[in-house]
Amino acid sequence: MSYLELSHVQKSFGIVKVVHDFNMSINEGEFVSFLGPSGCGKTTVLRMIAGFESVTGGTITIGGVNQNGLKPNKRNIGMVFQAYALFPNMTVAENVAFGLKVAGTSKAEIEDRVKEMLDLISLGHLADRYPYQMSGGQQQRVALARALANKPKVLLLDEPLSALDAKIRVSLREEIRLIQRKLGITTIFVTHDQEEALSISDRIVVMNAGIADQIGTPSDIYNRPATRFVAGFVGTLNILEAKVENREAATVRVAGRSINIPPANLNGAGDGAAITVALRPEALSLSKTPSSDVALDGRVTSVNFLGSVIRTRMDVEGQQVSFDMFNNPGLQPPQIGEIATAHFKASDVLVIPN
Amino acid sequence: MTAKKFWSWLAVFVAAFYFIVPLLATLEFSMRMRRGTYSFDAYRSVFADDRFASTFSYSVVMALITIVVGALLIVPTAYWVRLRMPYLRPVVEFVTLLPLVVPAIVIIFGYLRLYNSSSWLPLTNTDMGANALLVFGFMTMSLPYMYRAVDTAMRTIDVAVLTEAAESLGASWPTILFRCIFPNVLTGVLSGAFITFAIAVGEFTMPSLLNRPAFGPYLALIGANKAYEPPALAMIAFAMTWVSIILINITTRLQKGAAGAR
Repeated sequence: MSYLELSHVQKSFGIVKVVHDFNMSINEGEFVSFLGPSGCGKTTVLRMIAGFESVTGGTITIGGVNQNGLKPNKRNIGMVFQAYALFPNMTVAENVAFGLKVAGTSKAEIEDRVKEMLDLISLGHLADRYPYQMSGGQQQRVALARALANKPKVLLLDEPLSALDAKIRVSLREEIRLIQRKLGITTIFVTHDQEEALSISDRIVVMNAGIADQIGTPSDIYNRPATRFVAGFVGTLNILEAKVENREAATVRVAGRSINIPPANLNGAGDGAAITVALRPEALSLSKTPSSDVALDGRVTSVNFLGSVIRTRMDVEGQQVSFDMFNNPGLQPPQIGEIATAHFKASDVLVIPN
Repeated sequence: MTAKKFWSWLAVFVAAFYFIVPLLATLEFSMRMRRGTYSFDAYRSVFADDRFASTFSYSVVMALITIVVGALLIVPTAYWVRLRMPYLRPVVEFVTLLPLVVPAIVIIFGYLRLYNSSSWLPLTNTDMGANALLVFGFMTMSLPYMYRAVDTAMRTIDVAVLTEAAESLGASWPTILFRCIFPNVLTGVLSGAFITFAIAVGEFTMPSLLNRPAFGPYLALIGANKAYEPPALAMIAFAMTWVSIILINITTRLQKGAAGAR
């Protein structure tokens, strides 16, 4: 039995439907990320769980209790906002204690809990500071401690790292995951950053135009995208137009070459059918390995140095193909204009359902 | 000193001259009561008059009631408009600006028509009723300043997100308003409160037509009958204004968290 259940949840603002028939079951202690571009409905779903938006249709249950119609202050759901939302007139300790005071917890218990929470985020020494005296990362950790102080049933994180710089984002997301694992709290994390979602989630919901396009583990989402949108949104992808040559032999023609792909990947497409195939940049390499059985010749059009990797783009019979190679100071990267051959394994080819 | 700095300082001196000379002249004249020498006789005369203390204390009490009732009306209104009904903002702004174009005498004649002794709610029949009308009148006159001061203070905090954060922590509406929002807009409330105080203490038309023993009519009476006491009263009023401004500054500094967050 799942802990948090969203069943046929819908949301409309006037005549605009922003969430269409959203269904999902989340287990207790699970860390789920809602991933998608701006306006896809991920935050709306989160706000419906928190009670800040009412559902137009469907039900939301937590631990078997229907949450529809329940006010936000009666749900016991912890929430962390993108803008920190710490009360400026209260110190760090007072912020963390706020929910406990509202709940009528005894003074001694509040003191213990505040200390425990501040120790959890390693900010015990800043208990008397005001929010304006702290950095963004510190403020967000306090917001997390405040949300956890009341021992909520579910923790909701609404793009909590978006306002932070790159280095703090990485360290804080690891800290969030560590704390979540330690407390075993059911958590929903909203983000538009695929790397964030892939790195910390048990499962990811990729949302597009108010619909959950795919729900799966990070590995499933990345390696087996269910739709063209998921394939394009999660990671970088080379999209190539192809044609089924022989359905029985599972051969397709891509960029002037015949490739054998796993028959199941054809998704029922018949001979001569136009299909879309995709290759991750890391599936291609300049050097031929024993397992690579397909080669693509093309003219190098751009070379981008990204630090640890070099991303090269080349034109293969009018189609753009990107591939990554590790930076090796001893090796000369390809030069713009030169003809290069990229190799890949046929098994790495993804057939994208149209 | 560069030419740019010279002109800047010149502008400062001209402005200071413009403000300080009339004050010095008033102060000087207020001290001329005794012939041939400067003295504080006019101030002594003002403070010796029982009506000064009674009218001033009456006006102060009325001003404080106006501030409390006004804040309790305006803070929740500004909060609600900002949070739930932003589409009503133009209407509310228009209504709060009306007192600037409707003179106090029109407002008070309206009150007298509506609440006179032969009306269905004869508030002017009793002192308490007339005092209530005076407070309503002061509140109306201070509305443009109070509303704007509070609304500006609310603009500096994210009211919607703070409300949602408090709600998710289990807070009810009164808790959110008085523990999360009110302390963070206190500077704005105080700014509005001091303007309200100044209006209520100096107002002549409303208390005069309602026959209330307020400071404004007393000032007018003294001004019409005496020579040296009116400038002395003007200097006392000026000193009170400065005390008010200093109080605003002290309060703002004491309110560490909210002030620092701006």
